Amino acid sequence: MSLDTVLKAKTSPEIVQPFAELGLKPDEYARIREILGRRPTSSELAMYSVMWSEHCSYKSSKVHLRQFGEKAPHSDALLVGIGENAGVVDVGQGYVVTFKIESHNHPSFVEPYQGAATGVGGIVRDILTMGARPIAVMDPLRFGPADAPDTRRVLPGIVAGIGGYGNCLGLPNIGGEIVFDESYSGNPLVNALCVGVMRHEQIKLAKASGPGNLVVLFGAKTGGDGIGGVSVLASETFDATGPAKRPSVQVGDPFTEKVLIECSLEIFAEDLVVGIQDLGGAGLSCATSELASAGTGGMKVSLDGVPLRDPSLSPEEILMSESQERMCAIVEPKHIARFMEICKKWDVTATVIGEVTDGDRLVITWHGEVIVEVPPRTVAHDGPVYNRPIVKPDYVEKLAGIAPVVPMPKSPQEIRAAVLKLISSPNMADKSWVTSQYDRYVQGNTIQSQPEDSGMVRIDEKTNLGIAISTDANAPWSYLNPYEGAKLALAEAARNIATAGAKPLAVTNCLNFGSPEDPGVMWQFAETVRGLADGCLEMGLPVTGGNVSFYNQTASVPILPTPVIGVLGVIQDVRERTSMAFDRSGLEIILLGETGADFAGSEWAAIHKVVGGKIPIADLQKEMRLIDLLLEGQPLFESAHDLSQGGLASTISEMVLKNGIGAQLSMEGSAATLLFSETPGRVLVAVDPSDEDAVHALAIRYGISSTRIGVTGGQVLEINDATIDLADLRRAFTETFPKLFG
Amino acid sequence: MAKIVVDVMLKPEILDPQGQAISAALPRLGFSFAKSVRQGKRFEIEIEGEPTAAQLDEVAKASETLLANPVIENFSVRVEN
Amino acid sequence: MKVGVVTFPGSLDDHDAARAVRLAGADSVALWHADADLHGVDAVILPGGFSYGDYLRCGAISRFAPVMTSIIEEANNGMPVLGICNGFQVLCESHLLPGALTRNQGLHFLCTDQLLRIENIETAWTSAFADGAEIVIPLKNGEGSYQCDDATLEMLEKDGRIIARYLGQDPNGSRNRIAGISNANGNVVGLMPHPEHAIDPLTGPSADGLAFFTSVLTQMVGK
Repeated sequence: MSLDTVLKAKTSPEIVQPFAELGLKPDEYARIREILGRRPTSSELAMYSVMWSEHCSYKSSKVHLRQFGEKAPHSDALLVGIGENAGVVDVGQGYVVTFKIESHNHPSFVEPYQGAATGVGGIVRDILTMGARPIAVMDPLRFGPADAPDTRRVLPGIVAGIGGYGNCLGLPNIGGEIVFDESYSGNPLVNALCVGVMRHEQIKLAKASGPGNLVVLFGAKTGGDGIGGVSVLASETFDATGPAKRPSVQVGDPFTEKVLIECSLEIFAEDLVVGIQDLGGAGLSCATSELASAGTGGMKVSLDGVPLRDPSLSPEEILMSESQERMCAIVEPKHIARFMEICKKWDVTATVIGEVTDGDRLVITWHGEVIVEVPPRTVAHDGPVYNRPIVKPDYVEKLAGIAPVVPMPKSPQEIRAAVLKLISSPNMADKSWVTSQYDRYVQGNTIQSQPEDSGMVRIDEKTNLGIAISTDANAPWSYLNPYEGAKLALAEAARNIATAGAKPLAVTNCLNFGSPEDPGVMWQFAETVRGLADGCLEMGLPVTGGNVSFYNQTASVPILPTPVIGVLGVIQDVRERTSMAFDRSGLEIILLGETGADFAGSEWAAIHKVVGGKIPIADLQKEMRLIDLLLEGQPLFESAHDLSQGGLASTISEMVLKNGIGAQLSMEGSAATLLFSETPGRVLVAVDPSDEDAVHALAIRYGISSTRIGVTGGQVLEINDATIDLADLRRAFTETFPKLFG
Repeated sequence: MAKIVVDVMLKPEILDPQGQAISAALPRLGFSFAKSVRQGKRFEIEIEGEPTAAQLDEVAKASETLLANPVIENFSVRVEN
Repeated sequence: MKVGVVTFPGSLDDHDAARAVRLAGADSVALWHADADLHGVDAVILPGGFSYGDYLRCGAISRFAPVMTSIIEEANNGMPVLGICNGFQVLCESHLLPGALTRNQGLHFLCTDQLLRIENIETAWTSAFADGAEIVIPLKNGEGSYQCDDATLEMLEKDGRIIARYLGQDPNGSRNRIAGISNANGNVVGLMPHPEHAIDPLTGPSADGLAFFTSVLTQMVGK
């Protein structure tokens, strides 16, 4: 087949092109012709099709995501906002932190190990591209029912992939989630977060400026990985009746990425690049168009020089390849020799493939012929913008009208059995089977990791400055009321930062939804974004960036709307942090916050297959007062643990089991409500008896209710008259995962 | 052009947990033929022309030094046509 | 006193080992794998990580690095050398220590706070411990199962060359619960668990690991 060049495109307008097979709609194809003033070449068509896919262009979500910018609260800490590879936040002492969360859902269903591994690889490169050293990762994961055969296929592979890649990169895994729900059958969610740190002056941006500057491709060689992966996988749902798709899945090599990280950091330290971009979804076509688009606008690239693993690749395939572990840098000619020297030291392949020009076109050649000549903005930033139809689904009002009826255990035996039943359920049970496959120690700065409320890492060994991160979502709540659900997830993540003693600073998010072509799903999405934007504005926490994953559904059944909210916080001295577990007996246990009968969307309801009801309405003013109380009262708290899914039963079990120190609780009112309700805005703290009065006084000042409910000590968990030996509690908690997964 | 194949297997007395996992998985999938399974590695080395005795000697030395760990592995060298 | 810490491509815990050296009171010197010059160090640490991505076998490629030629020579002359995790694997591949590390019996990567017993306090790296000391330090690897033939095992036991043993639940199927061994001279030690991650209760399960690093300092007093 002969090469399709720009010249040819100009002289053969009548040729029929397979735009539909590449995922483009007729009006989008027409628009491309309009932009170029001719038909696109096949390379250009490939570029537009991939860059204008849902995954790359955010065409269905852009109009809604604008709210994060429009409603952005003023924040001195935010240095780089949405639009760059990751957000950058000032944490003091000259340090800035960059963090982001991304999804790799569909590839992980197709090939669990590589899908999850390359998800980690991709997010780590995003952080590296900002100029930062990656210092930690976290992974919120969601699966179908724990005992389903497909979960047994997918979960071990995904966990092994995350561990296999992250451990080899030398990144401690400091937290995440494992959640099971029927709606994720066939659509597991693999969200990967990475955080990095650097000095203020080291921030790098993804722009190509300075005509004459060189475009350098470095890292792994290019092969046929994931060709069409982005537009084919992420914009299509899995259909039982359709032909089995076997797209080429990306295969990752963490060793290559590890040397790429070290090589890049040395290059950054010597200030040798003026712009840098990593190659992720849409590979080279994305990197070149984004760099050019954000820069002065012109770039000239020859594909001839791209180092290939597979010499049979066509130029379209080279452009679309998603081979991993590759980056693209803009380097001034005076620095190129030193740049290459550092690459040689680390044995990293590096090739000059082009230069920045002062035109306004991205021009790509193959064997001397021009095969791409496009205005880069139209590819990278001016993609289609959809205003998808939105219709509130019928189920919302219907379910809101239900009053959920759940078992309310009363007798000591019933309470004992109920607590054991809850903590042994897969969502609540001990996750060590998973987390022990992750290295949490490497780099020697991990202060706390799973199962604490947040992950915490020290960033300065002399001053003990540290950062904390938590990721949280509550899909059952988002399903019942997406607006309030988003606010509540935000509050939970921020609260999880504050329980450790860190101050929340900024937000990232990963929004996992069904098909945007379903007006009911779009309603869930629109309400979620509105709720998150409103919540962030009210709480003064800016959204620094994030990720949207649509099309998580099989046939016509979407997943539960699952907005994962990540909150980053800062702590001045990590030695002062508060951990969640009881560390000695004789401490007073105080419940901060009031408990109502909030069973709608709760774990207790889910275990008994009870659906429906009204979820709580977020009271963010109260949540903020609680956070301030936690921060000011921090020296008084010996332990602090947030209450969320699973209610007080889950929280107290975790607090007694970690160090094996029991508790005697005596609570007034309905024990079942106190134990299993999921009213937000509550934290359990343990304080020395001499500090109890001070805690109550502090709570009064912040307008938060505080109730002493018990004391720590012994080898049993007593709840009023119910008694559970810690040994029995531990067995119920720890047996579930090994029984399920071996 | 010839292909020299080096097969590397763990010595019989060395624990092979991967082989054990595979042999446990087979009956779960409905395959009952295996009494035991051991997992090894295979290296395919392309050379110009037909291999000489000296070259095969070198391959054996390379196998002893790099391709296999003689402390825990045995290897065999053969020419494939 | 100067302790060299080697970085191979893919080494991960080199910075952490260097931190432990400094905390113990010595100067840490970064040694690059391609540089055969040991820069006058008094002892060497081969750190943990995934050198060369664990390609072929863990440590199989690192052992041929230029720096290893010098280290093998100095080790045979009595220089203290500590191999941690991947470093232990490199020492076995180099034949400075007998046996080999293979895939964990449970087949998973395992990161856990491991209870160990120190059983030989006459080596360069364990002299600061009390005999029989029980310590908790992190174990984190996928290929930590120590294997060797019967004759080697008998020799290691008889000559007291097992310097640390796993207590409690067997983490990886190592023969005779071997967590670490030494050479006949006691200057070369291989250890699977990571003492550099137990130097401060702030960031690890204990400070039990620091004694490995202070031990080697006392070896050099008078040098």
